Amino acid sequence: MGIMISALRRFHGGVHPKEYKELSRHCAIEGIPLPERLYVPFHQHIGAPCDPCVAPGEKVLKGQMIGRAGGYVSAPIHAPTSGTIEAIVEHVAGHPSGLTMLCAVLVPDGNDQWHPDLKGLVDPLDLEPQEIRDKIRDAGIVGLGGATFPSHVKLTPSKTRPVEVLLINGAECEPYLTCDARLMEERFAEITDGIRYMLHALQTTQCVVCIEDNKPGAIQAMTKAAKETRNIQVLALPVMYPQGAEKQLIEVVTGRQVPSGGLPGDIGVIVHNVGTALAVREAIRFGRPLTHRVVTVTGQGIARPANLEVPIGTPVQTLIDRCGGLKSGVKKVVMGGPMMGLALNDLQVPVVKGTSGILALMANETVQKPEGPCIRCGNCVRVCPLKLTPCEMAWRARHDLLDQLGDVHLQDCCECGTCAYVCPSNIPLVHYFRYGKFALAAQKREKEKTALTKSRSAAKEARVAAEKAEKERKKEEMRLAMEAKKKAAAAAPAPAGENQATTPPEEHAPAAARPGGSVAPRVAREKNTP
Amino acid sequence: MIEAILSMGGLALVSGLGLGYAAIKFHVEGNPLVESLTAALPASNCGNCGYPGCHAYAEALAGEEKISIGLCTPGGVPTMESIASLLGVEPVAMEAHGPRVAFIHEEKCIGCTACIKACPVEAIIGANKQSHTVVAEMCTDCAACVEPCPVDCIEMVPVTTSIYTWQWNKPDGSGTIH
Repeated sequence: MGIMISALRRFHGGVHPKEYKELSRHCAIEGIPLPERLYVPFHQHIGAPCDPCVAPGEKVLKGQMIGRAGGYVSAPIHAPTSGTIEAIVEHVAGHPSGLTMLCAVLVPDGNDQWHPDLKGLVDPLDLEPQEIRDKIRDAGIVGLGGATFPSHVKLTPSKTRPVEVLLINGAECEPYLTCDARLMEERFAEITDGIRYMLHALQTTQCVVCIEDNKPGAIQAMTKAAKETRNIQVLALPVMYPQGAEKQLIEVVTGRQVPSGGLPGDIGVIVHNVGTALAVREAIRFGRPLTHRVVTVTGQGIARPANLEVPIGTPVQTLIDRCGGLKSGVKKVVMGGPMMGLALNDLQVPVVKGTSGILALMANETVQKPEGPCIRCGNCVRVCPLKLTPCEMAWRARHDLLDQLGDVHLQDCCECGTCAYVCPSNIPLVHYFRYGKFALAAQKREKEKTALTKSRSAAKEARVAAEKAEKERKKEEMRLAMEAKKKAAAAAPAPAGENQATTPPEEHAPAAARPGGSVAPRVAREKNTP
Repeated sequence: MIEAILSMGGLALVSGLGLGYAAIKFHVEGNPLVESLTAALPASNCGNCGYPGCHAYAEALAGEEKISIGLCTPGGVPTMESIASLLGVEPVAMEAHGPRVAFIHEEKCIGCTACIKACPVEAIIGANKQSHTVVAEMCTDCAACVEPCPVDCIEMVPVTTSIYTWQWNKPDGSGTIH
């Protein structure tokens, strides 16, 4: 049964950045007092943004939906606590542009009262898989590892390829982050419970929990929990960045490669994060939507590192204050991991579903050297986990050779940052890749717009021409009708039998040229009938 | 009867074949330069350049006579630059403004439909004596609607960048890659 699992395989390249996990590894998950205001963005996932379904001034309860999903690949947004919606405004968001996003401003009332209608499923394992997925969809659960892809979509097996194995991603390969490790150590039973529902939704029986071996506590806890549940196996993986990336994890554990442009489902594998499994459990057992998440607040620039369980929408500043504030000399505050995260320029940015960490980095933890010339050392090629050629990709992006970016498979790049990490010339390779990807997307948009313009302009011309022709035809018809009338009047004393007087003038214009028939003669006929 | 049908049919067949052959044999290729120039233009046929449509402007550009390459206002500087590179000439100075869209101040609109008739891509919706509005995604920045409005309620406003249209800038690259 199932796939041969072993931890002996490895993926191409990879690096060993300094871990810094010891800063927060032993910090148990703790809650925080409710902040004064929550800024809940209406777009926290991959896919369509949500439409607000509450009005300013409205009172909401914890878990009440405030943003309706904008499509199938989308996830609803819920109130993280009970309180009043103060406003729905544009607020700065965790986005590289530093631009704003539509957010609900929620002022907590302090009661933290759940919505009474939220109920879990009874005997979920006896229900249809679709009912499990619906519950997960309604709970707004997305991939909590950071990619934030709506989970109900990933829990829908394809009709052509059954899912053979579910991988639970506890690799947490990004340095600094310890939120997943703490979850596994503290909430192992709940996670395995969530996994059971995921397996049921996927209609598969094999599950492997993948944990890097720098987390012995998590491995021990999960192994113990897995013993009580059939079908779940725990696998310790040797540390290597970016092992927690979906494609790399699949390759290491199953030996299979996701085809370029394909999805893991195409090779019978689905990967979910441990945090997602926990959220699934809360949704299925208690009907509770995703309203909180665990965030690692760490870095040498933070006074007291911690793993905080915070309501979604909490400003980053609140988390930092809770952890004793920033030390002097902090160079950068990063949202997410240090390799793939996002440097913040505004600490009012709210925590969203995909926020795994807040890092305050000192000078020795960041690279601030100027970009040098490429010396063609080939280090980037050697470490790329996807066997791409980063130097070539960056060169093409730099010179705007957009047509050639496909030749070097830019779209396959997962922006893990391994190449930029090893580059001796400090070339911001990932920045070049992102520039290239966005330029390609803009080019595509431009093409679509031109096609739209073309078709609309042609349609307008055709319509104007048709209207003109119709006018001409009507004029002609009127003229003919008048003529016929005159003739009939002239021939009135003569005996009947004049064809033209009784036949409508349809024969004078080709009938095929005007679908729907002519209106004028019909109107004339109607008028003539007594 | 039969003879007549056969002879006429035969004649039709022969001339048809002849015409078909001639069409292939003496086919005149469209000027490829005109084709690529047309592709570079916005295709809305707004007539802002003074020519009846994008194709006509492309033909004029490719023709003998020297005409300005900066006549396409909706295309703006990027279009002018691509025309320059296609024709191998120097870019010309042009009033540079970012992409814009038409915006109707609805409180002033009297619902006369004049702008609707003027829009070459039918990007304006509305009815008689009902306030009109512009579907921004379809607007091509040609400003053809501004002039016909009797109450001057249409304004060309710059497109603001949102997180959905924002793009990564290119790294300034103090070093050189190759």
